[in-house]
Amino acid sequence: MTEIFGVPIQALFGQLMLGLVNGSFYAMLSLGLAVIFGMLNIINFAHGALYMAGAMFAWMGMEYLGIGYWWMLLLAPIGVGLVGIVIERLMLQWLYKLDHLYGLLLTFGLALIIEGFFRDLYGVAGQPYSIPEEFAGAFNLGFMFLPKYRAWVVVASLTVCLLTWYLIERTRLGAYLRAATENPKLTQAFGINVPLMVMLTYGFGVGLAGFAGVLAAPASQVGPLMGSNLIIVVFAVVVIGGMGSILGSVVTGLGLGIIEGMTKVFWPEASATVVFMIMAVVLMIRPAGLFGREK
Amino acid sequence: MMKRKLLALAISASLLPAAGSALAQAGKISGDVVKIGVLTDMSGVYSALGGKGSVLGAEMAIEDFKAQFKPKFKIELVSADHQNKADVGSNKVREWYDTQGVDMVTDVLNSGVAIAVAKVTTEKNKIMLNTGAASTRLTNEDCAPTNVVHYTYDTYALANGPGKAVTKQGKDSWFFLTADYAFGHSLEKDTAEAVKANGGKVLGAVRHPLNASDFSSFLLQAQASKAKVVGLANAGGDTINSIKAANEFGLTKNQTVVGLLTTIVDIHALGLPTTQGMMFTEGFYWNLNKETREFSRRFFSKHKGMPNMLPAGTYSAVLHYLKAVQAAGTDDTATVMKQMKATPINDAFAKGGRIRDDGRMIHDMYLVEVKKQSESKEPWDYYNVKQVIPAEEAFQPMALSRCAAVKK
Repeated sequence: MTEIFGVPIQALFGQLMLGLVNGSFYAMLSLGLAVIFGMLNIINFAHGALYMAGAMFAWMGMEYLGIGYWWMLLLAPIGVGLVGIVIERLMLQWLYKLDHLYGLLLTFGLALIIEGFFRDLYGVAGQPYSIPEEFAGAFNLGFMFLPKYRAWVVVASLTVCLLTWYLIERTRLGAYLRAATENPKLTQAFGINVPLMVMLTYGFGVGLAGFAGVLAAPASQVGPLMGSNLIIVVFAVVVIGGMGSILGSVVTGLGLGIIEGMTKVFWPEASATVVFMIMAVVLMIRPAGLFGREK
Repeated sequence: MMKRKLLALAISASLLPAAGSALAQAGKISGDVVKIGVLTDMSGVYSALGGKGSVLGAEMAIEDFKAQFKPKFKIELVSADHQNKADVGSNKVREWYDTQGVDMVTDVLNSGVAIAVAKVTTEKNKIMLNTGAASTRLTNEDCAPTNVVHYTYDTYALANGPGKAVTKQGKDSWFFLTADYAFGHSLEKDTAEAVKANGGKVLGAVRHPLNASDFSSFLLQAQASKAKVVGLANAGGDTINSIKAANEFGLTKNQTVVGLLTTIVDIHALGLPTTQGMMFTEGFYWNLNKETREFSRRFFSKHKGMPNMLPAGTYSAVLHYLKAVQAAGTDDTATVMKQMKATPINDAFAKGGRIRDDGRMIHDMYLVEVKKQSESKEPWDYYNVKQVIPAEEAFQPMALSRCAAVKK
């Protein structure tokens, strides 16, 4: 068998594939963050908590109402989106004019409150959530054993990312949104309801987090801490990709997932830090991020 | 002004402990109150293992003790969250000892915190009944048998059961998935030694960061190792995520996954379909006999979950301590420790348990296998007890002790 640095090439392909799966989660979460930052100028620290809420909603739907995975894949993001809209209306809308720091602190506080709420209700051990029957089992790709569910995660998240990109960059609605970001007053003067659009954008952005949460539920521990473990990495992804850049966040998310996967093979102890090392280097060379534009 | 306040504080602080010990030496109970502190993780990664459950265990022990002995002294219980930080934990305990008259602390899960708190306890000459932390350092390099008892379990006991039993079943090649910090390393080392001692071999290990969000990559490496057994030297959420991924990647078809620190709380969080067939050691199972069932159902009615070995151990430790105070008629540390070591422990948690000279409480441990869904008859009916590991075998023998205080 061919080897690269003592690792069989087949195992390497397997790890690449896994990196792609993890990258899909990063991509989806950082996409939501990028959309929110791009349109609202808010650094949404509550993103991880809302991702967790998505997974918890999925579990609660199953546990209390008997609603299965597929319906929850639709309902949980809507639920999370509604929570987001309430947050935006009640709190965030007063902060747009202020420094980024205020939004960051507010959403950070919210994240702690949401986490504390679920922790108080259910404890930290987490809840069982099994893989939907359609995706039980795995594909034998020859070089690896790829669970069908992980393959679905990649397909679903890439589709969602692509649709979001299309919506914002290629449709009329997206054009309004971008205009509203560029010059809210002028856009409003053309008769477009900017506050409404901003509200919906936030709802949509956190809805993406909720969607990622449901996708993650069968594959990882469904518990109140699942978001805080992930969110720091996702922020690093956003910084590397360039704040507010949609394409950047998707590409960087996938890319970093793969790099992290490779690190897990060659130097597992460093796998938690590699993303931050890259972030430090990128910030030194391109402070606005790989895909960001200097202002 | 400020200076005078400081001076007054310093004087009163220096007087307080002196007054306390003078009273105790008189063979009385200091302040007429026996005060017990439960120091634990109330909200972090380990709070599901101990946390509120441990506080409840201590409360139940006090309740039972009062009902049985009608003591003349008052008993008070305080609890605090150490947030898994050694400095927070040791400061809290220092405050408890110095200003609140706490006589004994218990639970103290998280080995890092436990080692720090053990030092404060020794310095203040109080008692620590550690029912939560795992590291064997507490009865070896950092032992303090005059003040500290390691009560419920340790990494040696966890490692020994599966290390021996699984290897002897012919599953003799191991690969470890290890949390990359002191606890994980010590668990891996203890298990590897047990495996080798029983004729097995260790093919390798991968060290993952604490709270890694995805384990599939590490599991793929374990799969590629072709080892018959994959040992999980991690705990809490890391164990849960490892097991979930192991199932998903079909690892469990050809390899046996052994969670080295797994309790019934983790099994409940994962569900039987994911965990069936797993083997590990636990110090307590609610469905062992009439006594454990009664205790656990009482616990369940307040906690909405069955106790694992941590709350059950805390219950036992607090009860044993109170009985010793009652028998000795004092809460003086040396007298109570002597009394506790002289008395065998018989309650819902342990049968014929005893505290050794090195501070290790030894009792039977249970090698359990997780039931299939079809075998489980009621909620929380999760284990088949494969083997009762007798106390003398379950824990590190005294001959191997690295504790300076007991070495001859």
